[in-house]
Amino acid sequence: MGMTVSEKILAHASGRECVQAGEIIWAKVDCAMMDDLLGPRVEIADNLETMGVPVWDPEKVVIISDHYTPPANIKQANIVKYTRDWAAANGIRNYYEFAGPCHQVMMDKGHVLPGTLVVGTDSHSTTYGALCSFGTGIGSTEMSGVLATGEIWLKVPASINIRWDGKLRDGVMAKDISLKTIKAIGHSGATYKTMEYRGETIRGLNMDERMCLTNMAVETGAKAGLIEYDEVTAAYLKENFNITGDFSRFNADADAVYSGTFTFDAETLAPQIACPHEVDNVFDIDDIDRVRVDQVYLGSCTGGRYYDLKMAADLLRGKTVAPGIRVLVSPASRDIYNRCMREGILETLAEAGCTILCSTCGACLGVHSGNIGDNEVCVATTNRNFLGRMGSKSSGVYLASPLTAAASAITGYITDPRDFLKGA
Amino acid sequence: MVKGKVWKYGNNINTDIIAPPESIELSVKDAAAWSMRNVDPVFAGAYKSGDIFVAEHNLGSGSSRETAPLMLRELGVRVLVAMDYARIFYRNCINVGMIPVECPETNKIRKGDIIEVDFAEGKIFNETTGETYLCNKIPPHIVGIMEHGGLIPYLMAEKIGKKQIH
Repeated sequence: MGMTVSEKILAHASGRECVQAGEIIWAKVDCAMMDDLLGPRVEIADNLETMGVPVWDPEKVVIISDHYTPPANIKQANIVKYTRDWAAANGIRNYYEFAGPCHQVMMDKGHVLPGTLVVGTDSHSTTYGALCSFGTGIGSTEMSGVLATGEIWLKVPASINIRWDGKLRDGVMAKDISLKTIKAIGHSGATYKTMEYRGETIRGLNMDERMCLTNMAVETGAKAGLIEYDEVTAAYLKENFNITGDFSRFNADADAVYSGTFTFDAETLAPQIACPHEVDNVFDIDDIDRVRVDQVYLGSCTGGRYYDLKMAADLLRGKTVAPGIRVLVSPASRDIYNRCMREGILETLAEAGCTILCSTCGACLGVHSGNIGDNEVCVATTNRNFLGRMGSKSSGVYLASPLTAAASAITGYITDPRDFLKGA
Repeated sequence: MVKGKVWKYGNNINTDIIAPPESIELSVKDAAAWSMRNVDPVFAGAYKSGDIFVAEHNLGSGSSRETAPLMLRELGVRVLVAMDYARIFYRNCINVGMIPVECPETNKIRKGDIIEVDFAEGKIFNETTGETYLCNKIPPHIVGIMEHGGLIPYLMAEKIGKKQIH
């Protein structure tokens, strides 16, 4: 019987020829990522001391202080300091801070490769699936076990086959594909499972767009979100890291077995909006009432990549943001920040009236740099719109694409970006 | 087997609700007072050790933040019952020594009911209504971790201990 991408990667990680959905395996971890929010400070340092063992392989560990950088108060500053000191004391050379949200930094710095098993203390570790890596989020105690042994037990997940065919229309982005898929699967529809995205539309997406899909796989409850190795993956690896190997052995077999298949048509996809307070509360933009906006947030490991900011800047060029609203931009990594600066993208956004923040997780999860107040509304290119996510429990977060966010910034209410493309 | 008073919630009690963003920078001990504040301001102050936390679908969705189960544990939660769980939260509960029970009929359980959870037999008896509900059996490899009281003692006994012997 053929294997899915998940089965192939997990067979490799467990040293087996073949594994099947439902089996419990012990798998070797290729890379373990910790952040500042849920890294060493939450149980991990204490647990390792209890177990009395060192980190199994410091070269396979990456620590990224991203949620509390820049720190908003003394507590946050001390958490970052603790994380930095712990990394140094435990011989972790791969330590980053102020480099941007962890998942983008993991990709930028080459810590993710096709066919690998990567675990992270952040649930959006599913992002790595864009490079055909089995990335999954784990808790702090689980991470303590990984650091002690280099292994983790996993139940090999069944996979859902997500097929997108056709070409995206102008004004529609990967974020819209992501939200539409989540609406169809539901916010727990893929729990204990993996989502594998394929089809003509997916093959046509660049790596920035692919990461937007796999990043949000966890919003359906999925263990991982995977995209097969293809020419786009090969070109990305060659261009960024001069890696030329062929990783197509991790792609699914033609006779792989899926627990279900969903097919979608990209040609008819409209911009999508996830309304408060659940990520699967998704509507076509035409189907929602006029919603006034107080803040627009363009950033995060979901929607702050180079392509996202470039598309937003193209729409905002020569225009100004609506009076009375604030538009915050946080590039998804320092590398992206610098590239956008060199190419004039940040200049275009700033001149339109956007405020450029450093690369950070801050506002996305409501811990600094742009929290929202009582009854305020934010349109965000981020991944969660839970109650109180970005601030007050009476506030509302609407998740949208970078283009929809940019269009909404101009008008001051949630706006279809296609309105600005007509006749352009 | 445990018996206790029910605190009952609905679908999608996510990690931002259990462990609100503002609380995460605090120690778990201090953060616990914030738990569930946005949906039930009474919860953190009034939950008694031995009470049972019951929800419906998709309990613990969202973040991998282990502060969510740790804050509940700090308030005295040992046993949780829900129709289903988000997978990271489910593992986190087991790893920190809590018992997440899956029961498809939690919609019949109400706040204040007294229930008896027999997780070995996979049954819940609702003393208030006289009803009995079936639960999913906990898989054997997870029972192994639970019997050690969580992942760390399990690994010390089953993995690290053995490594040192060889």
